[in-house]
Amino acid sequence: MDVSVLEKIHEFEWRREPTAGMTVPVVVYATEDLIREMDDKMLEQACNVATLPGIVGASYVMPDGHWGYGFPIGGVAAFDANAGGVVSAGGVGFDISCGVRCVATGLKIDCIRAVQETLADALFAHIPAGVGSHGKIHLDDAGMEAMLRGGAHWAVERGWGTPADLDRIEENGRASGALPDAVSARAQERQRGEMGTLGSGNHYLEVQRVAEVFAEDAAAAFGLAVDDAVVSIHCGSRGMGHQIGTDYLREMERAAPRHGLRLPDRELACAPLRSDLARRYLGAMRAGINCALANRQILTHLTRGVLADILPDAVLDLVYDVSHNTCKEEEHGVDGRKRPLFVHRKGATRAFGPGHAELPAAFQDAGQPVLIGGTMGTESWVLAGTRGAMQLSFGSACHGAGRRMSRHQATRQWNGRDVVRELGRRGITIRAAGIRGVAEEAPGAYKDVAAVVDAAHRAGLARKVARLEPVICVKG
Amino acid sequence: MKHLSAPVAPRWEHFPHGADVGIRGVGPTLDSALEQAALALTAVITEPHRVEARETVAVSCEAPGAEELLFDWIDAIVYEMSTRGMLFGEFSVRVAGNRLTARMRGETADRARHEPAVEVKGPTFTQLLVSHDAAGGQWVAQCVVDV
Repeated sequence: MDVSVLEKIHEFEWRREPTAGMTVPVVVYATEDLIREMDDKMLEQACNVATLPGIVGASYVMPDGHWGYGFPIGGVAAFDANAGGVVSAGGVGFDISCGVRCVATGLKIDCIRAVQETLADALFAHIPAGVGSHGKIHLDDAGMEAMLRGGAHWAVERGWGTPADLDRIEENGRASGALPDAVSARAQERQRGEMGTLGSGNHYLEVQRVAEVFAEDAAAAFGLAVDDAVVSIHCGSRGMGHQIGTDYLREMERAAPRHGLRLPDRELACAPLRSDLARRYLGAMRAGINCALANRQILTHLTRGVLADILPDAVLDLVYDVSHNTCKEEEHGVDGRKRPLFVHRKGATRAFGPGHAELPAAFQDAGQPVLIGGTMGTESWVLAGTRGAMQLSFGSACHGAGRRMSRHQATRQWNGRDVVRELGRRGITIRAAGIRGVAEEAPGAYKDVAAVVDAAHRAGLARKVARLEPVICVKG
Repeated sequence: MKHLSAPVAPRWEHFPHGADVGIRGVGPTLDSALEQAALALTAVITEPHRVEARETVAVSCEAPGAEELLFDWIDAIVYEMSTRGMLFGEFSVRVAGNRLTARMRGETADRARHEPAVEVKGPTFTQLLVSHDAAGGQWVAQCVVDV
């Protein structure tokens, strides 16, 4: 993207003042180099979001912003129901509540190295991943409704985790206001056999080494130290979330004229927050969030079982679980007064600062853990929310690296077996359901996550706490 | 100008889109273009010729326009793949008015034989297009799918 189309506020903040139809500006948090890597479509989409009714503050783009569906990925936008605001299915995305969970193991990485191949095989054997994989849990109608209302609480009640886990999950492991009745029969059917499955694409389960610590205070609060082994899980609401997204995208697009909405892009399909359609979508989306939280909880349980067999000294305590495809009702200070807002984070992570009422006691001083997923060959990050982000971006930060090239380009550039071999030489064990998927997810197909994280840190959206390097990666 | 009157050969292709994939079906009729778009969908996951036609599944959908019909058709295939754990390699489509009926032939997904690359989450409105070039006798049906 040509940076000259944006006004430079400072090295890490760029702005596009409102033009035709926009009621608020676009604010991009990134370096000049990152903006040059962003596509023109991203800015067009951020400008389109700025035209939606009831948007408050600005249409924000995080340092990993790129071309998405309607909303840019890395987009944050808040809407006020009292000002005619809307909720958008595209603003949440298809994989509702896709997110990252980081789990401490109580082990140093040397313990993992001693059993690395065995552990990789066992994780791959016990974590259902990839096309056509199904979990061992099959939900009947009553179980489905309980799961959709209960989220991770439902999973813990069934023995797939401990009550202590729940304190370390955004919203304490359950989105309130879920409406199972608003989830179509098709969406429910897609999920019946998919609980406790990883999925495919950029989703993964990794065993990682804490390679570097940047903020000792926050790292101590999060329970992380150099050379610790942790497990990170990146996945979402599986078939159910996707079907909810598809169902409501279709319905919102059809209903837009009835709601007096003129959409600059069909993918921006949305509904006024005060409409029945919005009420049903929010209820279904919250059920989708609970599905994702339950799914990551079950995957954690499966991981605990594998480690208990191979490394009986392991104690898997959650560091945190945070989603990056959501719309959440939150209270934010705007122009000196508190306002209830519906904050869309599409490929963006909630990043609440120290002292926020929603954070557990353990994080009151450090701020919320912000988990940034990387690639199988580079690194992931743990950041901490800042007080400043509450003003800069409604308490939001980036979520990952973003692709540098398409899947097709990646398969032409890399052979999956070569990628596995090369990573093996670097001490990283890959177990994947499909070898073409490995080529599509090759580390070189992604942008530099370190540059994204550095921009987020220097813009004040979140501060660096720890850098994590992959040791074992299980891919769908 | 013999080449202008020659029937368009059915074919499919992919086109790039950021993190996802565009699927495109081309054919002499709308039915054919929709069949080819479905093959392009399967090709996102595996090579269609690897999928054996062991079982037949019938689907139907109805929509007010051709583009919505393509969206719902892709949605229907994704649903059947997801709930049956199957992949499909043969498609026979018939559109009459606003209604699409189809028979799909395929088999249970097999990690070893199909080496599936990625799951498809669903269709999107991005670059959703159904067009007819009357002079060239060619139909095109395309959209980006979320993976």
